[in-house]
Order: sequence, then structure tokens, then C-alpha cells
Amino acid sequence: MAHLEPEPKSVAGEMHAERLAGRTQQVFFSPAEEDNFLTPGNPEVDFDKRAEFDAAEMDTTAINLRIRELMGEGYGTIVVGNPLAKHSLGVGILNRLRLTFEGSLGYFGVGMIDGPNVRVAGRVGWSCAENMMAGTVVIEKNAGSCLGAGIRGGDLVCRGDAGARTGIEMKGGTVIVGGRTGAFSGFMMQRGRLVLLGDAGKNLGDSMYDGTIYVGGAIASLGIDAVPGEITGLDVEWLTRKLARYGLEAPGGVANMHKIVAGKKLWNYDNLEPAEKKLVL
Amino acid sequence: MCGIAGLIHRGGAADIGSEMTSMLQSMKHRGPDSAGFAVYGVPREGELVMRFKVAEQEDLAKGFDIRRQMRERRAEVDARIESLGGRIVDAEQATEYALRYRLEFDGDLRGFADYLEDIEGVEVLSIGDGLELIKDLGDANRVADQYKLKGFTGTHAIGHTRMATESDVDIRSAHPYWAYPFRDISVVHNGQLTNYWNNRRELEHRGHRFVSNCDSELIAVYLADRRTAGDALDDAMRATIDELDGVFTYLVATADSLGMAKDVMAAKPMVLYEGDDFIALASEEVAIRSIFPEEIDTTDPYEGEVRVWHI
Repeated sequence: MAHLEPEPKSVAGEMHAERLAGRTQQVFFSPAEEDNFLTPGNPEVDFDKRAEFDAAEMDTTAINLRIRELMGEGYGTIVVGNPLAKHSLGVGILNRLRLTFEGSLGYFGVGMIDGPNVRVAGRVGWSCAENMMAGTVVIEKNAGSCLGAGIRGGDLVCRGDAGARTGIEMKGGTVIVGGRTGAFSGFMMQRGRLVLLGDAGKNLGDSMYDGTIYVGGAIASLGIDAVPGEITGLDVEWLTRKLARYGLEAPGGVANMHKIVAGKKLWNYDNLEPAEKKLVL
Repeated sequence: MCGIAGLIHRGGAADIGSEMTSMLQSMKHRGPDSAGFAVYGVPREGELVMRFKVAEQEDLAKGFDIRRQMRERRAEVDARIESLGGRIVDAEQATEYALRYRLEFDGDLRGFADYLEDIEGVEVLSIGDGLELIKDLGDANRVADQYKLKGFTGTHAIGHTRMATESDVDIRSAHPYWAYPFRDISVVHNGQLTNYWNNRRELEHRGHRFVSNCDSELIAVYLADRRTAGDALDDAMRATIDELDGVFTYLVATADSLGMAKDVMAAKPMVLYEGDDFIALASEEVAIRSIFPEEIDTTDPYEGEVRVWHI
């Protein structure tokens, strides 16, 4: 609950700098105490301990609970058979885990994850890995629209084609698509890297604030405020290493990929808070 | 949000009633208000199939007189069919208010349908060689049981499970819509059309009739209008991509084909499975998996895409 004054050791640990006054819900913690960096309830798992179950006759809640139970028993490698494109599978896993789906996922698969390494042998529906924080997700077939919406970290890889609005509003991390991508990909992206090895649909990078888009194929059209950038040696090095990690290659070589960045003409990049803006205007 | 589904068997008939019921039921969460089917049976030589209703389901609870009115409306339908030179081969009462007639009639279909709909409370849901359009309140299982659809043999079908947004929860606003008066053309739609009223007024001036205030009906009427002008179905569908505003993915079926179109924003979902002799589409893959549990490859059609498959 609220402390009206910050603990001296948390200030010393540079966890925050401001001094708060009045009521606050902020809970201060000590960087010296290791427990504070673990998500409450996260179990210790062993990657060598493997479990497998058939999800054909189970609903979403039962499948997700089973994964959680197995993690609680220390299983670090879990294989889910016959997911049959059910929605919201494998969501909210804030743990180290090797998780494989031997089939396809429906909508909102593996959303809000923080840490696991996921492999989907089939296809994924809309909004896969939405708000992913860390870890890796590798999709062997195609993906629906809004792949990696709002992703903040980690690597999200689709080896096949992806739908419209791939990487919409991404705030970090990397999204890689092996094939074609639909319209409005990278729409309003703020940070992170979107790597599209095939053709990109129209309005690519529309209204992007920041971040970088690399395209290996043809671009149907650029969106508002998305402008070509220059591929640097650093880009080539990063792309080469990142793609090699997933056994992927750019069709014409990474040095010949298109690089798209924000023109930064659309948005007002000032430091004024809304209340201050009112005063100025 | 609504869910739509379509399937087509190439080179043979199957139990499309059960298949479509299963697909729609698995998407019940997308809209439980009503469910509708356009199923294409095996045509009989020289016969038409007509589905029509003589009241709304909700009318039954409204008055003591409704049952007498329904009897009179049906008798008037029979009399008018006879007066137009038609012959009722078989009459089946699917529910108290919904009927299925097999007919012999070779005259002007628009005049025929207009004359029947001139009777107060009568709405012709579909007329075709193979098309039968069934829609009612409730989920897919309920409607399929009510109309004995499981076991219906045919070649292709489209279906809809509705979450009412733009218009009322009643049968008239439920999908699919028949492209009146073109035999065997039906449409289901997921989305919203924002230039509905402008288009509707223009089409009404050209003599087309609308039975509901549901924006989805516009697609069926629009396609009917383009067909009147001589356009091929796929050309008419491509025209909708440019001329209809809003967000939409829709399916259309004719006597021998199944088509899909997606707006330029790709704002509404569609998943496609394309096999050698079977094609299935649905708003969610879980619908396709309900009839195809083994591992298959599926894709999302892209923005502005129009596809048509034939039997």
C-alpha cells in the first residue's frame, strides 16, 4: 500500500528519481532483494522435464489451466497436441518455458507473454502475441491480421504470409515475416523493428512515430509520414545475425532490403504535457 | 461482430446442412441473435423451390388473430400462384410462419415475387432451382433443428450468425439475403456499410425493393442491380470494393459458385481453406476445424481481394 515518502534505498538504486507528494499507489521495492524481480507465483521449471497432452476435447480455459499446472509441477517443455485453432491459447505466461503447439491457434494466441519460447506448428489467427514482452514465438505457417500488435519485446517470427496491420502499434522487439504482408503494416509503430522478407501491402508504416521497417520484396505504397531510410552497416549486421538465428534469408540479400523510417513531420514532438499545451495555446 | 461461413463441394453433393450448422455453431460467440443458412440442394428438373414466411416470429405473441391471418395469407399465396399459372408440387410447413414450396413456374420471376409480397405480412425469402434460404432467431443448432436442416444434401452453402448492431433482432434483419429477384443468388456479410442510405435511395429509384433496414441487404440488391445490367458476378463483386464504403467481408453464392470479397482496409476477418474438391471459408478458423479436425493449410485473403469458386 501507499508510502507517502519513498524509501531511501529505492532512490539510491535509481529506480525512480522524483519525490512524490500526496497519495500514491506506488509500491517501492529494493533492487537488492532478488525476490522483487520475480513475478509472483512463477514456478521454477526444468527444460529437460517434458510433458505432452491432447487438447482436442478441451476448451481454452482448460488448456491454459493445464499448461499452468504443468509449469507448477516443474515441466519446462510442454507440447500441446490438436489445439484446433481455439482462441486465446497460451496467453499470459510470465515464465521461462518451451511451449509447442502441434497445430494452429485461433485469435489472440500467446498474447501478453513475458519469457517463454513458443513454437506453433500450424497457422495463427488475428492478434497473435499481442503485447508480448519477451521471449520468442515462431509460427511455421501463416498468420492472420494484427500479428504482434503492440509488441514490446522479444522475437515474433512467422515463416509464411501474414495479414493486414502486422506490427501495428509495436513498441519494441522484432517482428519477422517470411512471406507477404497485408496493408497498413507497421501502422502507428513507435519502436522496434519490423522485418518483412516478402512484398508489403499498401500504406506501409502509416503514421509511424519511430522504429524501423525492413522490406525484402516490393512495397505497394508507403503510408503517411513513412519515408525511405538508408541501410547502414549496422543494419546489415543486425539483419544478418537476426535472420540467421531463425534460418531465414532476404530474397535479394539484406544489403538490398528497403529501409523505412518515420519522417517525423506528422506528429508534434514537443515535451509539453496536455495541461501545459492548453496554457501555450 | 457477426460470423460468416461458406463451403463448396466440387464434383458431388454432401450433408451441407450438418456441415454449415457445425461451422456456425462454433462461431456462436460472434453473435447469438439469429442464424441463417443459404443451402444449395440438388435441383429438380422443371421445379423451383420457394421459401417464404407469412409472419415474423415475434408476431405470434402479439395478437389473438395472428393465426387466422397466417392461414389467410397462405391461402392467398396459393391462390395468386395459381392465378399466375404456377403449380404447387409440394408444400411443407417448416414452422408456423415459415413455408417451403416446390413449384412449377416458368414466367417472370420478379412479377411473381412482387405479386406474392404484395400480400401483407408475406416475405419471399428465396426462389431458386437449388437455393433454399432459412433464417430465424437463436443459434445455429436451434435454427437447424427447427427447420430440420441436419442431413440436407447439397453442393454448397453460406451461413451467418448475427450480432445485431445496425438493425433489429428479427428474421427480416437476419442474414442471408436473397438477391431479389435473381434466382439462386444469396449473400452474407460481416461489417458495416457507411454509404448505405445513398446507395439504397439510388437503387430504390431504379425499382429494387428492400425489406429491411439492415445495411447488408444492400450488397444483395447491389449485386442484383449489376447482374440486371449484364455484369458477370465477379465483375459485380469487384465493383462493390470501390463503390461500397465501410468495412466488410462478404460471401455470395449462386447456383453453381461461391465467392468472397474483402474491403480495402481488410478490417473484417476471413480464413480460407482451399482443397482440391472442397473449399471452406469462415470468419474464424475454428469454424473450419469443426468439420476438418486434421491439420490443414489455411490463409487469410488480402485487402480488396475477390475470389470465386465453381462447383
